[in-house]
Amino acid sequence: MSPSADNEHAPLLVERRYFTFAEPPKQMQLDCGAHLGPITLAYETLGELNADRSNAILILHAFSGDSHVAGRLSIDDERPGWWDNMVGPGKPVDTSRYFVICSNILGGCSGSTGPSSIDLATGKPYGLHFPMVTIKDMVRAQKHLIDHLGISTLMALIGGSVGGMQVLRWCADFPEMVGSAIPMATTTRHSAQAIAFNEVARQAIMADPAWNNGDYYGGGGPAHGLAVARMIGHVTYLSDEAMREKFGRRLHRNALSFDFTGDFQVESYLHHQGKKFVNRFDANSLLYITKAADYFDLERGGNQLINEALANVPFLIISFTSDWLYPTYQSRDIVSALKKNGSDVSFCEIEAQGGHDAFLLPNRRLDGLVSGFLDRVYHDRCL
Amino acid sequence: MTAVYNQELGNMRFDLQVIASWIEPGSRVLDLGCGNGDLLYYLKHHKQVIGTGIEFSEEKAARCIERGLTVLQGDFRHEVKDYPKGRFDVVVLSQTLQQIQDPKELLIDLLWIGRRVIVSFPNFGHWSARLQLLFTGMAPVNDQLPYEWYNTPNIRVITIKDFKRFLHLFGLRIVREVAINTHHHEFKGNIIRTLKNLRATYGIMMLERVT
Repeated sequence: MSPSADNEHAPLLVERRYFTFAEPPKQMQLDCGAHLGPITLAYETLGELNADRSNAILILHAFSGDSHVAGRLSIDDERPGWWDNMVGPGKPVDTSRYFVICSNILGGCSGSTGPSSIDLATGKPYGLHFPMVTIKDMVRAQKHLIDHLGISTLMALIGGSVGGMQVLRWCADFPEMVGSAIPMATTTRHSAQAIAFNEVARQAIMADPAWNNGDYYGGGGPAHGLAVARMIGHVTYLSDEAMREKFGRRLHRNALSFDFTGDFQVESYLHHQGKKFVNRFDANSLLYITKAADYFDLERGGNQLINEALANVPFLIISFTSDWLYPTYQSRDIVSALKKNGSDVSFCEIEAQGGHDAFLLPNRRLDGLVSGFLDRVYHDRCL
Repeated sequence: MTAVYNQELGNMRFDLQVIASWIEPGSRVLDLGCGNGDLLYYLKHHKQVIGTGIEFSEEKAARCIERGLTVLQGDFRHEVKDYPKGRFDVVVLSQTLQQIQDPKELLIDLLWIGRRVIVSFPNFGHWSARLQLLFTGMAPVNDQLPYEWYNTPNIRVITIKDFKRFLHLFGLRIVREVAINTHHHEFKGNIIRTLKNLRATYGIMMLERVT
């Protein structure tokens, strides 16, 4: 067996940090009208910020991600971050050159303020008393963090799926801070189909008696409902082709069982994904984040990407052929809006079997696009 | 007949070399069917051109983006639609016009988003094509037109003379023109000055609207 790269070099160690702001009475106003504070964001950084603070890249995670984008949290940490194939020294998002920031979103459950956090007013977890947050609110909170880090312009913003929505929201709300942007496998607004799947996932949680109207933090919580919600999610992240390739109609036991315990490999895969998810995710966070994604609409009241302030921002839009959650036509709509600004926009539809999840999987074409694009932006802006 | 060979441009197709020499430094250029981006790459690094390419093939479009170019993957007949009026100084359509379903509409679109359009196309009026048709009674097959009638992407038969007549009819003007004699992928070529429609294998023209 050849030693893996990680054994040859010391693993890339990262530390999770926390930034707290909006202390009362300076609470942050949310889109829904409520005020929230204090707010904590969990974040991690990799690489070094250069002298003129021009090499910062903000990575926005998808709905169930967290701030742990790459590297390891300790020497004996078995699992690297969720985009370790993309981010690190010598990787497409090269941390020997760029300063990479990734924070857990507002409403999440991996260290940032969300429904499972303690409400200082009551001393108990918020649960359903947590106000409804939007993608815009998440980005508003991220801006506080970026200001706190003393960065006035981000060299690039990169994100896929719900992370891509945040990239687009940044472009619409703070165009002067966007040096360049790579939204991938994303959309300007959810289709009815995407909303429908999210609603079924939410109902799976809320139908579990253990959900108890969101007040379950003393006990086990709606494990079954959350697992089913995740199973639905996984179906939308794969594709017909990916499932045929991965499972076909293969059984995971020797013969048909003639009961309902699950005979097919695809069933056991979904059961496994559901179980795994319950151990790391909060059911209420899923409700809030899916709702924020459903509410997200950059085209309400005119397309908010059509903005002269974006005319000089280089964009790289990426979609994947087998993504049926946010199909390519939705990425082309983004391209079409940006072209109206006369923006510098590149677009590529990558042939991939992986479905919506393709952006997270190792892919040489994706690597080449991201590193080539960032290299150009870096030479234009930082050298 | 003048032999032209520019060392600096040596790794580009000869018609692209001519086109590159026509483009002013610093201009905004759109290259349709930009392939691997050789023209855009040259223009970016030697003429500080702000360029965009449109390329149908995923592999070629990706190769361009990897090289640091701005390129959209897609069908340029659709992709030219969203740009604002006058977004580009020059739009380049090299060796593609003969493959377009509606060349008239396309040129009108291109002269909306660009101040000028440079087109290059294989000249079906070349003597070898004429002789082949005359003596064999079959559709011409040669270096510039290396296809059979049933597999050719070239759905429009254009000669330099036909094209000029078309420009006159639809209110377009030639700003510059060159006729060349070269093989399809050659890096060297000759510029033809007399009897162009008979002797040139390719026509290259820069067009603008007659205002």
